[in-house]
Amino acid sequence: MNAYTKYFIRKSGWYLLTLLIALILNFMLPRLIEGNPVSTIASQVSQGMTDSDSIKRVYDNFMKEFGVDKPLVVQFGIYLKNLVSGDLGTSFGLYPRKVSNILASAVPWTVGLQLPAILVGWILGNVLGAVAAYRKGVFDKVLFPVALFVNSIPFFTLAIIMLYLLAITFKWFPMGGGYDYQMVPHFSLDFILSVIRHHTLPFLSIVLVTIGGQAIGMREMSIYELNSDYVLYSKLLGIRDSRVARYVFKNAMLPQITGLALSIGTMVGGSLICEIVFSYPGIGTWLFTAIRQLDYPLISGCTLLIALTVLLANFTIEIIYGIVDPRIKAAQMEEN
Amino acid sequence: MTHSIGILMKSPKFLIGSITSLLMILLVMIYPLINTKDPLEMMALAFQPPNSDLILGSDNFGRDLFLELIYGIRTSIMVGLVAGLCATLIGLVIGLACGYIGGFVDNILTALTNMFIVIPSFIVLILISVSLNSRSSFIVALIIGLTSWPWTARAVRAQTTSLRNRDHVNIAKISGHSTPKIILFEILPYIASYVVMAFILQVASGILSEASISMLGLGPYNTISLGIIMNWALVFEAPVAGAWWAFIPAAFAIAIITFSLYMINTGMDEIFNPKIRS
Repeated sequence: MNAYTKYFIRKSGWYLLTLLIALILNFMLPRLIEGNPVSTIASQVSQGMTDSDSIKRVYDNFMKEFGVDKPLVVQFGIYLKNLVSGDLGTSFGLYPRKVSNILASAVPWTVGLQLPAILVGWILGNVLGAVAAYRKGVFDKVLFPVALFVNSIPFFTLAIIMLYLLAITFKWFPMGGGYDYQMVPHFSLDFILSVIRHHTLPFLSIVLVTIGGQAIGMREMSIYELNSDYVLYSKLLGIRDSRVARYVFKNAMLPQITGLALSIGTMVGGSLICEIVFSYPGIGTWLFTAIRQLDYPLISGCTLLIALTVLLANFTIEIIYGIVDPRIKAAQMEEN
Repeated sequence: MTHSIGILMKSPKFLIGSITSLLMILLVMIYPLINTKDPLEMMALAFQPPNSDLILGSDNFGRDLFLELIYGIRTSIMVGLVAGLCATLIGLVIGLACGYIGGFVDNILTALTNMFIVIPSFIVLILISVSLNSRSSFIVALIIGLTSWPWTARAVRAQTTSLRNRDHVNIAKISGHSTPKIILFEILPYIASYVVMAFILQVASGILSEASISMLGLGPYNTISLGIIMNWALVFEAPVAGAWWAFIPAAFAIAIITFSLYMINTGMDEIFNPKIRS
């Protein structure tokens, strides 16, 4: 077995274990609500319902889905079985719509918004941070505090300020939603333009905050590398500046890749709240609605989906990292 | 100790950060003594723009927004401090145990830390908050602290591992000092500056976490925090009503607090970690 396969298998094992813990957390926590969760929930859902038959039907349905009369281990088994078959339960708020159905309609919006925004923000932030460290002087003196300030603003705060300034005061962009509300989603130029127009503002607000954080990290790493011995040595050897800059960039970049893996959870969380501000039809907005209506199955579906995605993203980055970083390769060789 | 404080006083970043934070804390301590009104009292029409009476206008219920903001900042800083203290303590204990004891304990705890770094703390925070029927601001702070320790644990572990085999630690061991004494006198002083910086970052991230979770509607009950002010502004559509005073001041308050904490951290980092001075 070669070293990389070993690395891959070990990582996969750890991630499977982490996944199991995430599943257990997701399963356990809503069940810690005091008393019988189903009756608590059913009484909340059926508030305003007068027909005793339909109340009973709601109650029975959730009783079956939760299986609270069985031991905890059996409940977990049922939970896993349902998960594998793609059944996340029935929504309380939008009864009798299926949670998996709601999430499926929201995923394309969230992925279409966050994936490009986080990637663009990450790349721009790294380039800016490296330039700030290399150029120093005025550029660094201005960029660094600005980046630090933008990074201190919570994601959604910047989003609200942009919404107020650009959408409401100047009316350059629409106020929210994924497309014009009078439109029916279909494949036409008008619809696509409308989607792009609604996409711009949330996209920009995520990109801006991401740039801030990444630029700070990259600047710090680059300064650290610039002060190291190999840079001084290369300069003494008379190697061209652009070449040295390339070495520095390469070395400073690697921790930034790990940084992306580690901060992706925070970024996704922040972007979800960004969606709420723009009432973008993604997972974040559904989560907000679900929390307001105490729609436990939908909340749990959203959190599970987010946890899974973040785990998957992390796993992918670590696997790629194992290929890219020569130091990890060397460590693999030593182990053999 | 006095020497390092002397150096710190010369760092403009540290000074700007700490003076801003101190002014903020003084303001929220003193203003409620001058204006003793209840921040939840309705005293005007909804969304009144700022005027000579109400410095920051009124919110959707006609409450004095400036007074709400002061109380909000107070709650947010308190939540941040409790959460930061809690996270730093847990992280410190786990990190020290991993780094100093090593072996089996290290393997288990490091695995746990790595797993909780990957599972988004934001999600755990939502799940716990949803499961609790009543949440005081103290409970919210504790939950935030309980979900954000892994970073500190990892960093403390790395530092401790590198210290464990230094000569002065070995000498202490040979002289027969007890493990707690070695940790307290031979390890902790060397990572103290690091732990203080981690604490400051944890406070900042605690304030941001509280704001995010309150924004989702899972904040503490019966209190006002900056996140809750933002949540009200959003739920009652203040941006659409053009009532910028209902959310811009709160937004800037969060940004200024976290910014000044980051400044303190960067200032300290440049002093204690000379390699990254530009």
